[in-house]
Amino acid sequence: MSTETQDQAAQAKNDLFAHAKAPVNQQLTAEQKIKLYTDMVRIRKFEQAALQSYQKGKMGGFLHLYIGQEATAVGTISLMDDNDHIITAYRDHGHALAVGMTMNECMAELFGKFTGCSKGKGGSMHFFAPDKRYWGGHGIVGGQTPLGLGIAFALKYKGLKGCCLTYLGDGAINQGPFHESLNLASLWDIPVVYIIENNRYSMGTSQTRSSAHPEEGLAARAEAYNMEWDKVDGSNLYEIRAKTAVAMERARNESRPMLLEIDTYRYYGHSIADANHKKYRTKEEIEDYQNNKDPISVFQQILIQEGVLDEEQVKEIDSTAKEEAKASIEFADNSPFPPAQELLTDVYWATDNPGQHNNQGRMFFNDRLPWDDEYQA
Amino acid sequence: MAVITYRQAIKDALAEEITRDENVFVMGEEVAQYNGAYKVTEGLWTRFGDKRLVDAPISEAGFIGLAIGSAMMGLRPVVEMMFFSFVYVAWDQAVNNASSVRYMSGGQINVPLVIRGPANGGTNVGATHSHTPENLVANFPGLKVVCPATPADAKGLMKSAIRDNDPVFVMESTVLYGEEGEVPDDEDFIIPLGKADVKRKGKDLSIIAHGRSVLMALQAAEELKEKHNIDAEVVDLRSIRPLDEETIIESVKKTGRALLVEENKPYSGVGAQISHLIQRRCFDYLDAPVHRLSAVDAPAFYSPPVEKVQLPEAPLIIRETLDMLNVKR
Amino acid sequence: MAEIIEMPKLSDTMTTGTLVNWLKQEGDSVSAGDMICEVETDKATMEVECFEDGVILKLYAQEGDSVAIGQPICAVGEKGEEAPAVESGGDSVSSGDDKAAQETESKAQPAQDEASSQEPKQAPKPAEAETKAEDAQKAEEQDVEDEEKAADTTEGPDIRVSPLARKLAKEKGLDLTLIKGTGPAGRIVRDDVLKAEKEGTAKPQPKQAPAAASAPAAPFIEEKTFKVTNMRGAIARALVGSKAQSPHFYLQIEVDGKPITDLRAALNHKLTNLPPEQGGVKFTVNDLILKAATEAVRRVPAINREWKGDTIIQHGGVQLAFGVAIDDGLLTPVIRDAHAKSLRQIAHEAKELIGKARNKKLKPDEMSGSTLTVTNLGMFGISDFYGIINPPNAAILSVGATVKTPIVDENDNITIGYRMKVGLSGDHRVIDGAVGAQYLSALKDVLETPSVMLV
Repeated sequence: MSTETQDQAAQAKNDLFAHAKAPVNQQLTAEQKIKLYTDMVRIRKFEQAALQSYQKGKMGGFLHLYIGQEATAVGTISLMDDNDHIITAYRDHGHALAVGMTMNECMAELFGKFTGCSKGKGGSMHFFAPDKRYWGGHGIVGGQTPLGLGIAFALKYKGLKGCCLTYLGDGAINQGPFHESLNLASLWDIPVVYIIENNRYSMGTSQTRSSAHPEEGLAARAEAYNMEWDKVDGSNLYEIRAKTAVAMERARNESRPMLLEIDTYRYYGHSIADANHKKYRTKEEIEDYQNNKDPISVFQQILIQEGVLDEEQVKEIDSTAKEEAKASIEFADNSPFPPAQELLTDVYWATDNPGQHNNQGRMFFNDRLPWDDEYQA
Repeated sequence: MAVITYRQAIKDALAEEITRDENVFVMGEEVAQYNGAYKVTEGLWTRFGDKRLVDAPISEAGFIGLAIGSAMMGLRPVVEMMFFSFVYVAWDQAVNNASSVRYMSGGQINVPLVIRGPANGGTNVGATHSHTPENLVANFPGLKVVCPATPADAKGLMKSAIRDNDPVFVMESTVLYGEEGEVPDDEDFIIPLGKADVKRKGKDLSIIAHGRSVLMALQAAEELKEKHNIDAEVVDLRSIRPLDEETIIESVKKTGRALLVEENKPYSGVGAQISHLIQRRCFDYLDAPVHRLSAVDAPAFYSPPVEKVQLPEAPLIIRETLDMLNVKR
Repeated sequence: MAEIIEMPKLSDTMTTGTLVNWLKQEGDSVSAGDMICEVETDKATMEVECFEDGVILKLYAQEGDSVAIGQPICAVGEKGEEAPAVESGGDSVSSGDDKAAQETESKAQPAQDEASSQEPKQAPKPAEAETKAEDAQKAEEQDVEDEEKAADTTEGPDIRVSPLARKLAKEKGLDLTLIKGTGPAGRIVRDDVLKAEKEGTAKPQPKQAPAAASAPAAPFIEEKTFKVTNMRGAIARALVGSKAQSPHFYLQIEVDGKPITDLRAALNHKLTNLPPEQGGVKFTVNDLILKAATEAVRRVPAINREWKGDTIIQHGGVQLAFGVAIDDGLLTPVIRDAHAKSLRQIAHEAKELIGKARNKKLKPDEMSGSTLTVTNLGMFGISDFYGIINPPNAAILSVGATVKTPIVDENDNITIGYRMKVGLSGDHRVIDGAVGAQYLSALKDVLETPSVMLV
């Protein structure tokens, strides 16, 4: 090994471990580290299984895969305390599994089954688990950004020490409600942490074609709102945890918002319907990420170097996750579809809770429902 | 029972509900320190402070979205639109998020939100400020919308709306803010959502209206009785969704004729839905086609005398009634 | 190039036609417009027109064959030309669609088609048979529907009627065509139906029984169809309504016609030749009867009543209608306040009204508002009859001719009597037989002592 290559290796090692000494990382036990690794692997295996099922025609609509971005959800969510909440956009499977939702309820939701997390009413883009302080799962680009603000507002209103991690893609940063939210968050000292998951493309449009200030990065827009911001390497789970922890502490303790931009990459298209995802970016670009910056490989390397993980365990984690994903397909397959009558439940709290409200009159306006066989002349 | 204005009735409702439930807060442009652009919230900031009366920058998408997020967490925000016409800049928040979160989460999340404010034309503020979007809102399952016409209804419906666990849009009218009427003092006086009110009994035709058109209908009914001995029944819908269909049906079955009056535009206006209902449920009882009076089908006109013609007022209701009954005018 | 003539669709419901008779034979020349054969359809036997010029090359269908629409019946071409070979159209009942299908098939697979054409004719495919059954059922259902429509008298294509009025009319068995609408654009509304019900003006006319089938004889008078005039329509509505709404009862009394005949003769003898300004007048028997009928009301006021549904009105004065036959109908002008008028005034007004009636100058208000009606067919020699009550009256008097009859007088001698029969049709809703009888009795008394009319 030449001196030069030795230096390079040392440099790389330094980069990998640059944030290992951060308190939130230093205090991690081996089990916790393995759990973080496992969570990322589970997300990937789940999504690979979902993709296969999609191609077999098991589900409809879109499927926005998170593969390549796993460290962001796992790293940030691993920092949540009891009063911390999250809300995200439509690329939401990773966050769902990271907060502890089961593969079964997620896969069943994709399959449109009654056992899905939203009873088959939401689909891929609309996973929810408020019991795990996971508020979705939102389909409209940037639409969730004021909602996250409101969740954090409610925490402050109720005097609770917590924050709301509000995720958005790089495509959402040009939406008006996002900017309104940044202004309000800063103006009113709301404990919200905005996390831009910058996977470099808003569908097929690169940042150079969508942002007026691509070289500045996206988080720098926080300057306009008198808000702290930071950039994060999304391939390194330690760095994600270290920098997000700073933002969350500031939110909890000072009730100040912060904007983080996590650089990451998606290996698949914007969604399953993105036919051109190998045209607006090069094969080399994709392979570079897969080979050098894959968050799972990176963390695996770290843990092996730390002696927390060995090859044997890696294989076992892999196959266990694969089995779990496979079982979730079986579960989803065997689950029933929602009955058609479910169309009219969960629309209004009032209709779902008869006798507990003062509403009268008609709520739904079909002359005749598909399942009403009796004809009223 | 006190005689108070429509404005005061709403204010009382807000104050009572703020006092009653610590999760209730009012947010909007100029609602706190300015005392409300139309003085609906006058004095409330002094009384309840910054936490319960929140002045927001002009940022409807931001603060309506914020309100929805906070409602998901169990707060009960009451968002004021200075004009309901401003809701369009927050349309995605107001109708897409507010209406769908409960559904898409399989019923796991509620949105106990109120969006209130004036939704009316007739004040010469031009096309952008004169919208009456109750029909649009009613088109979104998951949302509720009410249009009180009197001070008592305004108070009773506002309190119901704030206590409701679903998103409710309360559409007021700047023209009505000064109207006086008797309002029960009882702090638990509420009017159920989805309950229409027969404001005047009659046998010759049913005039079905909501919002300010109810007052126009009552005025017309008086003159019809006086000058033509025609007994018009006036049904005030009060609530657009949920809709009290039975009261409408009962009235039309009795009179055999329905005249629908609203300041909404005609195409897919509220009257279109009511008209469908009547032909569907009262077909054999109809002694005349259902007639509709709506705003003249164009953006709101600025020029005061012309805008007055654009909205259906009492003389137009009288003309339509006489023609429907084939009575010489 | 030979043209194949196919079985044409000759009626809306026709699916097959029976070739009854060939009018042209193979080898005959034909020109466009010639009739080539007769076909019996489900409706009639009709001639089939040829649209080609040429010679009949071949007849594919024989007389007596049933041929589906679209199937070939003959070929027309140039003399000497070979007729195209087709599958026999006779007794083929496949549909036009099938033919199209067959054509497509045959174009696609000519060889196979040839082969199959040599095979015995195939039975219809199950699907085809099913379709046919369905069609038949549909046709049957349509028939039933049509009949139902015909039976529903409330159906009217040109009538504006509110759904409510239509429903009420149906419930009450009223004929909407007989109801006048007062709503916008003449729409019949609820009140119109209720009014018609009350006035009994819209009872549907009973359907005529179909005439017994028999060979029609040549007409001996001109057969004509008349448009129902407004007057005829009004008479029809009024009388149908009356008969349907008022339960009629009938009474008759025989009156000695001598006194009234004598009185008339005496009056006319003195007054006929005087100029009008000196009181000259000529009375008809009818004038005296009108006066007598009015006088009798004074004694039995109950006859002067009217049915109002919830109430019965007894009118305070006599508005006396009387029938006037005119060329194409019957009118009933009204003598206003007859009770307050002398015989002379009544005679004068009656004459004037008759004149107006014949010249069609009567105004509507001169024909409405009666409380009692008198009809008289005595001048036609009718001895007795019963009128139909003229709504809203409670009764109508029908006066017959005064007839010379042998009678037994009070001394048991057979002598010549002048007998007049007066009938009364009463509305049993308003009055009972006894009232009618009392009235007739009073009238008899007046007529037999006619001088009481003059005081």
